[in-house]
Amino acid sequence: MNAPLLFVQDLHVGFKVYRGLLHVLNGVQLSVSESEKVGLVGETGCGKTTIAKSILRILPSPPARVLDGSIRFRAREVLDISARHLRAFRASEVAMIFQDPTAALNPVFTIGSQLMDSIKYSTAGNGLSRRQIFKRAASALEDVSLPDAERILKCYPVQLSGGMRQRVCIALAIATEAGLLLADEPTTSLDVTIQDQVLRLLGTLVEERETSTLLITHSLGVVREWTDRVYVMYAGSIVETAATKILYEDPSHPYTRGLLQAIPKLTGQGIAAGIDGRIPDYAHPPSGCRFHPRCPQAMKICAERRPPLVRLGEQHQVACFLYGEDSDGE
Amino acid sequence: MKTLKWLGKRLMHSIGVLIGLSILIFLITRVMPGDPARVALGARAPAPVVEALRQDMHLDEPIYVQYYFWLLGALKGDFGESLFTRRAVVDDIKEFLPATMELALCAGLLMAGIGVFLGAISAKRENSWLDNSVRAVAYLGIVTPPFIFAILFVFLLGYLLPIFPTMGRLSTGVAVPPVVTGMVTIDAIISGNFRAFIDALWHIFLPALSLAMAGIAQESRITRSSIIDNIRKDYVGAERSCGIPERRILWKYLLRPSLIPTVSIMGLDFACTLGNAFLVELVFNWPGFSRYGINAMLRKDLNAVTAVILVIGFVFLIVNIIVDLVITYLDPRIRLGAQRGK
Amino acid sequence: MLSDSISTWISRKLESARRAWFKFARNPLSVVGLVIVLGVVLTAIFAPYFAPFPQHAGRYVDFGAASQPPSSTHLFGTDVFGRDILSRILFGFRFSLTMGGVVLSLVVVPGVTLGLIAGYLKGHWIDAVIMRITDIFLAIPPLILALAVCSVLTPSLFNAMMAVSLMWWPWYTRLTYGLATSLRSEYFVQAAEVIGAGKPRILFREILPNCLSPILTKMALDMGVVIILGSSLSFVGLGVQPPKPGLGTMVADGAKYLPDLWWIAVFPALAIILLVMGFNLLGDGIRDLMSLEEV
Repeated sequence: MNAPLLFVQDLHVGFKVYRGLLHVLNGVQLSVSESEKVGLVGETGCGKTTIAKSILRILPSPPARVLDGSIRFRAREVLDISARHLRAFRASEVAMIFQDPTAALNPVFTIGSQLMDSIKYSTAGNGLSRRQIFKRAASALEDVSLPDAERILKCYPVQLSGGMRQRVCIALAIATEAGLLLADEPTTSLDVTIQDQVLRLLGTLVEERETSTLLITHSLGVVREWTDRVYVMYAGSIVETAATKILYEDPSHPYTRGLLQAIPKLTGQGIAAGIDGRIPDYAHPPSGCRFHPRCPQAMKICAERRPPLVRLGEQHQVACFLYGEDSDGE
Repeated sequence: MKTLKWLGKRLMHSIGVLIGLSILIFLITRVMPGDPARVALGARAPAPVVEALRQDMHLDEPIYVQYYFWLLGALKGDFGESLFTRRAVVDDIKEFLPATMELALCAGLLMAGIGVFLGAISAKRENSWLDNSVRAVAYLGIVTPPFIFAILFVFLLGYLLPIFPTMGRLSTGVAVPPVVTGMVTIDAIISGNFRAFIDALWHIFLPALSLAMAGIAQESRITRSSIIDNIRKDYVGAERSCGIPERRILWKYLLRPSLIPTVSIMGLDFACTLGNAFLVELVFNWPGFSRYGINAMLRKDLNAVTAVILVIGFVFLIVNIIVDLVITYLDPRIRLGAQRGK
Repeated sequence: MLSDSISTWISRKLESARRAWFKFARNPLSVVGLVIVLGVVLTAIFAPYFAPFPQHAGRYVDFGAASQPPSSTHLFGTDVFGRDILSRILFGFRFSLTMGGVVLSLVVVPGVTLGLIAGYLKGHWIDAVIMRITDIFLAIPPLILALAVCSVLTPSLFNAMMAVSLMWWPWYTRLTYGLATSLRSEYFVQAAEVIGAGKPRILFREILPNCLSPILTKMALDMGVVIILGSSLSFVGLGVQPPKPGLGTMVADGAKYLPDLWWIAVFPALAIILLVMGFNLLGDGIRDLMSLEEV
């Protein structure tokens, strides 16, 4: 197998606040290959956005600090990129779609201003004249099915609806022709009816351009529809990963099982069961496996040590002591 | 078109305020103890002369009648005669106002330019030694009254290191350029007299700086905190992730939204500049409108006081309108707010 | 048990006090401001005891000791009448603090109340009247109107205070108006209306507490501004009258003798700066204290 496009290894990220150090990312391990559509699922607050921002290195650097680990993109160590080259990296290699399109667009500038600047500073925009950049910006808007692109370029974000703003954010991300797209909850702030449209659009775009995508979401439904492979995340670490189909057929980690059981089904009776408890306090996280206080199958060892990721099968790994510590299966 | 309508409404509102202000001032000045006519003419003036002046000023009639006569005159551009200089107040204003306006405008430029610039670089390098020194100096600027700055500058840069002149608008021997606006610097440029222009700038620098210090401090603080607030916003992260260079982010994408609170404060600071102008004019012997106003107040020169306050009120109202226009330009959400999408 | 609930209440109050102190003291400068303000207030109250030459704060002449530079007997030197500058400054603080205190106490309650009423009753004719009047007062820079009023009356500290108070209240009205207008459409206000709470109750129990933070911050900062205003008025002869030791008056007197007898002007000037700085730092601290950020 080729070396993956993105390889995050044992990433630890903390935030320094009054109460102490919030140890948010606790040894995250994930990878994305060329042209792959990978999902990252987890509850609100489990650190998904932090990972995305760490890859782009846009975490606000007083409170946040990378404590350990590595992020490799096309065999370059992202955490070591110098400030000078960081800009080029962000412009041309990795792009991000933000969760809240209203907050992600500068309210006092036109859409065109921001879109054209993002093209101008990427390699795709190298040496292009202003008119050419304008045309590219307009065609990026057309690619996201926004009609009347030239008029929209002159509009301000406040004049557009939520769905349109989200499409603009997508356009911003694809216009630079980056190799990796980080989509952070791209549909969460939209109406359900629009969500579907936007996801479809995203899928088409990504397949056309063969861009790798990391889709971050808390919705299992979205992941199932859209991704080839999934990571399940809890409280700052990956607890399970598998090809999407396999994950839904054979969820192994107790957390994954809990999540899937919590989805109400059309068939079957009764109210869907939730998972007891809440996400931990990152300043004083549980010892060992961070899920153990809520786990119905917790064992003594779970409080003592962190479970490593073990292989369960082809494209299926889980971090749980139920499945042994070495590479044997259950 | 919408802007014009808005402008029209504001002007109507401002006129209303000016009228209200004139009534207020009128009441204040007429309510005081003592006899204005006697005060103006001195203790030794003969009674009939005083009486004649009293008739002239309608001082014996009810106050609304007095106001009526005054308003009539004002609308014709006649604010009466100054009890002290014995000329039409309007002429006094024409002579002295440009000097103060020149001073205030210079101070305004200094505030806007230096203040915003310092605030921006201070925010960019938050918590560095540069940031902390700028903040410390800004603090001193806010807590020090302008007259102390005036005295300080006169002393440091006028006596100790005699770099700047400490009196007047032009050095003796430099010809006053032909009066167009009354503002020596601009008149000098208009008439092509470069030497006079430099000389005038040299004279205006210290007084303008003394006036501007508080404003510079305020602007730099507000710009700084505004940029720092906005730096944490998502759109900055989004712009960074698009690869837009930091410098462009600061001077284009951060500056404009951050200027919005700054510009609002600038209007207020300009008002304070107008208010404090007299302190500086006194220390630097600047023949300005505020000094004229203070003297009028101390001598209970009613017509002059009323006119002075109205003129300042008028200037301030215009400045406020300009400030609001600028803010509307800077923040499209205000003019487009009605069409808010979902 | 009653004692349990009392002790819980006490410990809760202690905890919020501790958290409040943390937020306030996070910036050490705020503590410096608090110390300065408390120090000056104490000094002003006990000036007759702290001042080495309390009788110099007033009419006093001793030409033998006149115009002395700072020394061990006279830490800040003496002026042309032989009066000890340090003692005069300590008494001078009284005037500055009195001015600030009186103006604020006269101005805040009416100003805020008017703003609350106007803001809550937005659209009512009362709102229009109040805000029109406020606009008129706000149409000129504060100092000018104060000067006008001051000049109409005989110059004195008392009249200066009245003059400044007269045109200071509109700022509080404008501030509270803005806050109240945005708050009145909040859900908790509508909830109170729905259950039939009367208007005064809504104003003072629902809206006002949420306005407190900016108002209190402004009050602390205003102390500084009013003190500067007061010293400016004294500087031109319209505030504290000689021989009383107003700080601005002292600077005006001393300015004539620069640079030779520099101490006569410099020390009072520094005193003004110190005092205003104290209130400013304190005001910043209050703003931090009342900020809603999660600590």
